Amino acid sequence: MTAMLAQLLNGLDKGGAYALIALGLTLVFGTLGVVNFAHGALFMLGCFCAVTFRYLITIETVTVDPTKLTPWGSPVEVRTPLVQNWFGDFGAVMVDYSVPISLILAVPTMLAIGIAMERGLIKHFYKRTHAEQILVTFGLAIVLQEVVKAFFGANPYPQPIPTDLRSAADIGILLGLEPRTLTYPWWRIIYLAFSLFVIGGVFAFLQFTTFGMVVRAGMADRETVGLMGIDIDRRFTIVFGLAAVVAGVAGVMYTPLLPPNYHLGMDFLVLSFVVVVVGGMGSLPGAVVAGFLLGILQSIASMTEIKSLIPGIDQVIIYLVAVIILLVLPRGLMGRRGVMES
Amino acid sequence: MTKFHMNRRTLIKKAGLGAAALSTPYFFTKGAWADSFCNNPDTVGKIIFGFNVPQTGSYAEEGLEQLSGYKLAIKHLNGEGDGGLLNTFSPKTLKGNGVLGRKVEYVTGDTQTNTDAARDGARRMIERDGVIMVTGCVTTGEAVAQQSLCQEMGVIYMSGLTHGNETTGKDKRRYGFRHYFNAHQTGIAIAPILEREYGKERRAYHITADYNWGWSQEASMKAATEALGWETVAAIRTPLGLGDFSQYLTPVAHSGADILIINHYGHDMVNSLPQAVQFGLRERMANDKQFEIIVPMFSELMAVGAGDAVKGIIGTQNWNWQLDDAGSQAFTKSYGEEYGVPPSQSAHTGYVQALLYADAVERAGTFYPPEVIKALEGFEFDGMGNGPTLYRAEDHQCMKEVLVVRGNENPSSRFDVLNLIGKTPREEATYDPSIFEGELGPYEPNQC
Repeated sequence: MTAMLAQLLNGLDKGGAYALIALGLTLVFGTLGVVNFAHGALFMLGCFCAVTFRYLITIETVTVDPTKLTPWGSPVEVRTPLVQNWFGDFGAVMVDYSVPISLILAVPTMLAIGIAMERGLIKHFYKRTHAEQILVTFGLAIVLQEVVKAFFGANPYPQPIPTDLRSAADIGILLGLEPRTLTYPWWRIIYLAFSLFVIGGVFAFLQFTTFGMVVRAGMADRETVGLMGIDIDRRFTIVFGLAAVVAGVAGVMYTPLLPPNYHLGMDFLVLSFVVVVVGGMGSLPGAVVAGFLLGILQSIASMTEIKSLIPGIDQVIIYLVAVIILLVLPRGLMGRRGVMES
Repeated sequence: MTKFHMNRRTLIKKAGLGAAALSTPYFFTKGAWADSFCNNPDTVGKIIFGFNVPQTGSYAEEGLEQLSGYKLAIKHLNGEGDGGLLNTFSPKTLKGNGVLGRKVEYVTGDTQTNTDAARDGARRMIERDGVIMVTGCVTTGEAVAQQSLCQEMGVIYMSGLTHGNETTGKDKRRYGFRHYFNAHQTGIAIAPILEREYGKERRAYHITADYNWGWSQEASMKAATEALGWETVAAIRTPLGLGDFSQYLTPVAHSGADILIINHYGHDMVNSLPQAVQFGLRERMANDKQFEIIVPMFSELMAVGAGDAVKGIIGTQNWNWQLDDAGSQAFTKSYGEEYGVPPSQSAHTGYVQALLYADAVERAGTFYPPEVIKALEGFEFDGMGNGPTLYRAEDHQCMKEVLVVRGNENPSSRFDVLNLIGKTPREEATYDPSIFEGELGPYEPNQC
C-alpha cells in the first residue's frame, strides 16, 4: 500500500510537469488555433533562464592563498561568488536558492519571448493549414535549440536544489504510519504544489477576470467578439505570452530534477502532444487531467512487480494508453466536437 | 683436377656476397611492410594518433578529461613539458623525441556518448585523417564498436574508459587493448570491503544502466555479493541518459531491500545518486539495518558532480591522483601545472594508453601492427601509477591493483572527494581469462 502511495506521489509530480506543458500548448491551440510545435522549446528556454541566472549570480572573484599549495606546487585559489562578497550571508542564500529566485528573471523574459514569437512569426500563419503551422513552428523549435546550443554547448547544466530542501519529507506520519515508512523528496513536493498553483492560477485568470472572460468568448467565437469592438488579437497575443510563461516557469522549477540541455524541448514535445491529444484538443481541463493521468500511469508501470511481469512497459505505457483511449474516445478524454475534425 | 684454393680476401668477398644473398628476402619483406598496413606513417607522411572521446552527451565530462590526458601525452612524447610519466615509466624506452624519432600529431573526434557516432568517428579518422592508432571512449559500447572496426581495418585501438567485461571478454579483439580495469575486477575488489562494512546478511536492489556495461557491472556485482551471502531483491534497468530516475527510485524503499547498488556512470550517476539520497534512503532503517547505497564504479568527476550525496559511499577506481607512488605524483604534477586541476582517472587512462602504444612501437622498431601487438602482449611495466602491471597476452587486459574508495566525509578541497579504503593486489585481481568467451582473432591486418 505504501509502495503504491509513493508511486502515486511520483506520478503526480511527473504529471505536474506534463500538465503544465500541455496546458500552455492547449491554451495556444484553443485561442489562436495554432498547433505550436515550438512549445517544448519554450520549456527549454525557461530552463535556461535558470541556468543563466545561476551563471550570473555565481560570477566569482578569485583570490590566492599563498599559505596553501596544490600538489603541483602553485598557491591554492579561493573562489567566492561576487554576491557573497557584496551581501554576505544573504548573498550565499541567493546562490543557494538560485532556482526559485530565477523565476523573477524567467517570467518577464518568457513573456517577452512569447509575445515576440507571436507578433514576429506565428500571427502570419493563423489562416494557414495546420500542416504549415506545424512545419513553421517545428522549424522555429530547431532554430531556438540551435541558438541555445551555440551559447551553452551540448552538455546538460545541473542546477542545485536549495540545501534545506534536499532531504525527504516524512509523509507517512501525516497518514498515521510509522516514521520514515513513506518519505518523499521536498523539492518534488514543492514542484507538485507549484504545478497545482500555476494550473489553478491560469484557470482562475481565465474564469474570474474580465480579460479571461473575453479570451474564453474569443475561444468560443472569435468573429462575434471582434464584431463587438474588442481587439481580440491583442488579447490572444497576451495569451500566447502567458502560455510561454507557463512553459517557462515549469522549466525553471524542473531544472533541479532534470539537468537541462538544448535538446530538452524536443524530449518533452512528443510527450506533451500525446498529453494534449489524450486530454482532447483544445480542452484545458482535459490537458491537466491527461497530464496527471499519464504521469501516474508511467510511474506505476515502473514498479518492480509490474516491470518483472512486462519488461519495458514503463517505456511504452503512455503511448499504449494513448492508443487505447483514442480508440475508445476518438476526441480524447474531454475533447469537443468539431475541433481538428474538418 | 682443379685445386680448391681460397685466400683471406676471397673468403671475405664470398662471405659478403653470401650475407647479401641471405638478407635479400628480409630486405624485400621489410620493404613490403611499408605498403601492407593501414596508414603507414611512411606513406601518410605523418604519425597521427586519433583521439575519439565523448565531448557531448552523458559522459562528456569524462571524455573531455580523457582528451586533456591525451594532449598532455603528445606533449611529453614530443619532448615538451616536464616529461611526466616518461620519467618514471620502466622499462625505459621512450626518449621524448617523438616515436621512432619523429614527432607525433593528433586528430580529435566526438563520439557523442553514442556507439554509432563513435564507430563513424573512428572510421573517418582512419579513412580521411590517416591515423595509425585510434584511442578513447567512456562507454563499453563505444569501445567494442571501435575495436571491432579497428580489427577489420588493421589499426590498433587502445581503449579509454571502458569497464564492461565484454571489451576484453566476449568481444575482445587482437587489435584492441585495455588498460582500465573491468566490472569483474570491481566485484573481486569490492566484495571483501562490503563484507567488512555491511556484513553477510544483506538484501540488495540494483538500478542498472540499460546497455552492455550496465549489464556487465550488474552481473559481476550480483556474483560477488551473492557469493558473500547477500540476496538480490530486484534488478531494474534504466535508459541511458534519463536524467530523472525518480520513478525507478520510488519503489526501492518498499522493496524489502537494505542496500541499493547503483550501476550507473557519468551523468546518470551524478543524477541518480543525489536523487536516491533525496528520497531519504540513507536515513532509513530496513530489516533492522541502516540502509546503504553502493556505487561500484566511481570517478572523481562523478563524485564532484554528485556533491554531498557521495559522502560515505563505497566504490572502486582504476587510479586516484592522491596515490603516493612516484608515477602518480609525477602525473598529478604535470597535469596540475598544465590544466590547474588534479587529473581524473579518465585523464590518467588516456595518457597512459597513448604512452603504452608509443612505447610498444619504439620497442618493436616499426609501426607494423602485428609487431606492435606482439610488443604489447605480455608486456610487464611499472611506474605508471598502478604498481607493477602486465598487459596480459590472452585477452589484452591489464592486470594491476584495484582501488576501493569511499566518498570523503570531510573534504579539504573540491577535488578531495574520495578516500582510499582498500587496495586489492594484482594477484588477487587477476582472474582466469577463459571465464569469458571470445577470440582475439588474427594478427595479420586487412587493408583499410
